[in-house]
Amino acid sequence: MNAEQILFILFGAVSLIGAISVISFRHPIYSALSLIVTFFAQAGLFVLLGAHFVAAVQVIVYAGAIMVLFLFVIMLLNLETLSVQGAIGRKLKGLAIILGILFAAEGIYIAVNALNDTAVASAESGAAAVTTTTYDIGELLFSKYLLPFEVTSLILLAALIGVIVLVKREGQEES
Amino acid sequence: MTIELIVVLLVAPLIGFLINGLLGKWLKGNEQLSGWIGSLAVLVSLVCSIIAFASLHGGAAPFDETLYEWITGESFAFNIGFRVDALTSVMLLVITGVGFLIHVYSIGYMHGDEGYTRYFAYLNLFVFAMLILVLGNNYLMMFVGWEGVGLCSYLLIGFWYEKQTATDAGKKAFIVNRIGDFGFLLGMFTLFAAFGTLDFASIFEAAEADNFQKVFGASTLVIATLLLFVGAIGKSAQIPLYVWLPDAMEGPTPVSALIHAATMVTAGVYMIARSAVLYNIAHTGEVVAWIGVLTAFFAATIALTQNDIKRILAYSTVSQLGYMFLGVGVGAYASGIFHLVTHAFFKGLMFLTAGSVMHAMANELDMRKMGGLKTKMPITHWTFLVGALAIAGFPFLSGFWSKDEILHSAWGSSPIIYVIGLVTAFLTAFYMFRLIFVTFYGESRVEPDVDSHLHESPPVMWVPLAILAIPSALIGLLLGWGGHESWFHHFTKSVFPEAHHDASGNVILFMVISSIVGLAGIAFAWSRYRERTPSDEPTNALHRLLANKYYVDEMYNALIVQPIKNGSHYLLWRIVDNGIIDGIVNGVGTIIRFIGGTLRRLQTGLVQVYIVSMVLGIVLFLAYYLFFT
Amino acid sequence: MSLEYYLILSALLFTIGVIGVLIRRNAIIIFMCIELMLNAANLAFVAISRSLGEATGQVFVFFVMTVAAAEVAIGLAIIVSVFKHRQTVNVDEVNSLKG
Repeated sequence: MNAEQILFILFGAVSLIGAISVISFRHPIYSALSLIVTFFAQAGLFVLLGAHFVAAVQVIVYAGAIMVLFLFVIMLLNLETLSVQGAIGRKLKGLAIILGILFAAEGIYIAVNALNDTAVASAESGAAAVTTTTYDIGELLFSKYLLPFEVTSLILLAALIGVIVLVKREGQEES
Repeated sequence: MTIELIVVLLVAPLIGFLINGLLGKWLKGNEQLSGWIGSLAVLVSLVCSIIAFASLHGGAAPFDETLYEWITGESFAFNIGFRVDALTSVMLLVITGVGFLIHVYSIGYMHGDEGYTRYFAYLNLFVFAMLILVLGNNYLMMFVGWEGVGLCSYLLIGFWYEKQTATDAGKKAFIVNRIGDFGFLLGMFTLFAAFGTLDFASIFEAAEADNFQKVFGASTLVIATLLLFVGAIGKSAQIPLYVWLPDAMEGPTPVSALIHAATMVTAGVYMIARSAVLYNIAHTGEVVAWIGVLTAFFAATIALTQNDIKRILAYSTVSQLGYMFLGVGVGAYASGIFHLVTHAFFKGLMFLTAGSVMHAMANELDMRKMGGLKTKMPITHWTFLVGALAIAGFPFLSGFWSKDEILHSAWGSSPIIYVIGLVTAFLTAFYMFRLIFVTFYGESRVEPDVDSHLHESPPVMWVPLAILAIPSALIGLLLGWGGHESWFHHFTKSVFPEAHHDASGNVILFMVISSIVGLAGIAFAWSRYRERTPSDEPTNALHRLLANKYYVDEMYNALIVQPIKNGSHYLLWRIVDNGIIDGIVNGVGTIIRFIGGTLRRLQTGLVQVYIVSMVLGIVLFLAYYLFFT
Repeated sequence: MSLEYYLILSALLFTIGVIGVLIRRNAIIIFMCIELMLNAANLAFVAISRSLGEATGQVFVFFVMTVAAAEVAIGLAIIVSVFKHRQTVNVDEVNSLKG
């Protein structure tokens, strides 16, 4: 067992535990904190895969910006007393878990079998050693994917305006 | 004769209708103007008719031209086309001539009426429709006019629509006419099926061709002509569909004169005369003649006992129409049309004088409450007397000529018909002079308050009466002198085929017999009603039967109207409409509500339920994709 | 480490996200679960990118993150305004869609 495998098992286990914690804790704050743990563990996995740029963005954008927003909203709304679980029926919950298990089984099936005979499998053997760098990503982003890249800026702009409109409408109604 | 002339002739009343109908609101303050516009429109038509007549008389060829295609299909084409020949030109003169005088008369008669402009609008529309009827060069055009005059008749009978009896009479006329129109339509369909066209010229030509007989046989024409005759029975008030005409007297009196005496009701006679070729080939004239003579007799007997002057005239009209059918039925088409013309004048005249009497008597119609009007209303009296003498067949007045020609032709066809016709002539003279003696002679029985207002009608009314009286008296002599060699026969010879039966026997003898019968009727009336008023109560069974018009209305009511009403009420309304149709409609609603009620439970509003369904779908699709493809 | 372990891990994480969405009623936690699913997808992207030896997969991760950021901003704004109206963020209490 080499270091990569040990690290994979470590990061994988942490991210799974974190993910389960997210859906298990009653208090949203704990869930949010568990989610941060998961994100960090995934950043580790990204490093293992040689995707350093993605790992860095994962930490900065997800663990940093997005989760701070989550925590901010949770605290703003002061949801502590509202987090009691219940109204969802037991039947629905049982059905959800059964569906989840089936879904996972199908996912694993795809992971194990469906990729065997595809281009992915063939490419893996020969090109496994090639690592991609931030330089490669940048080049792709500003050449082949330039238009989608510009569109994302529009999406962010739209989100910005959307948030302002949503909040502003509230303000008008209150006054 | 040009197409422009005919278009002007036809369109003038339409313009009058549009002006009175659409601008009536602005004309309301000036009703005289409205009336004169209506009259002027008909006057224009009259002038055009005279020009057309003159050119035909001068030897011009009959006009038959298609204006434009109306409906075109793969295997058929219906055209707007006009035909002006001797028959049409005679009809045109009657319609526009009598029509114009009645319009003028109406200006005075309708004075002060609420619906003054509406009245003239309807009247102009009627003239327009009637002109289409006689001008059309195919059966479809004729049918358009046929329906148009039916509509105007309905509108004008129910003109005083606040009056229940008037609206009822309008509806009755319309419904009874529908039955006849149904026959007309079927007849048209039959003709179209056989000939592939509805143009007069093409049909007559094809029917006369030998090979038509071989291909279709005469039975097609028998069916077609009988169906067309059903239409004529409805429109021209013959047995068994005559019942609407007496009730139609609910309308204004000039309307009765124009529509229900002079023009519209004669449309059936015109139609048969127009289709003379077909009737000759099919040999169905005999049916027409029998229906006609029976109607003539039947209606005359009813007229004997009526006391309402307009109703007497109405039954008299039915009776005279019967004569016309008798004429065209025995193949004497020219004589039938001749009687149509003379009748239009003298019967129009009599209706107008009756209107004049009503006008003076505050709308009183019961002649038992009149009497002695001769001195109060001399012009009315004299003009009515002219009309009555004409219809009674007084020698050398117009009715004498036309009726005599018809009876003469009937003798050639069947002596029985002739005898019935002769008896009817006696009855006609009798009931007409009963009317005269009771109304204009003897003691005055007028109510005192009405008596004080009793007056001769204004000039705008009596002038048309006087003008009408002249042709009523003389037109027979002018047109009919010489019997079958007369001017009228000569003029219309080009239109009608040769009659089956050559009129035989001594013409003078027939004239003498007719005259004697007519005079006998007058004399009998004089002996009975010179001093006496009709008794209120029927004295014997026969009298009662006649006074109640043979209970025909009651019979129709019991045999046709009530079963239909009950059927509609119990079967159609209660069972079919309420039960089946409403049941289906409500049932659909109930089913949809049930389905909706079931489905709505799925819509919990809980987002997670929706998501679970979605995930279930994804799982199933993935499973299908992974394991079954 | 072969590709399939990463993909299995990705599938498990995704499923946990799905289950979270299904069983939790707090809208904020549901949102977190959605982020979890997006991350699981990112993991698969990067893993495949690695095994193919080209950077396209990572470019897509970049796009996913951008969209996720925008989505979170909007989503949280909606949650805040719903809370202002109804004093709750529980999705089973927001049931105006009920037929």
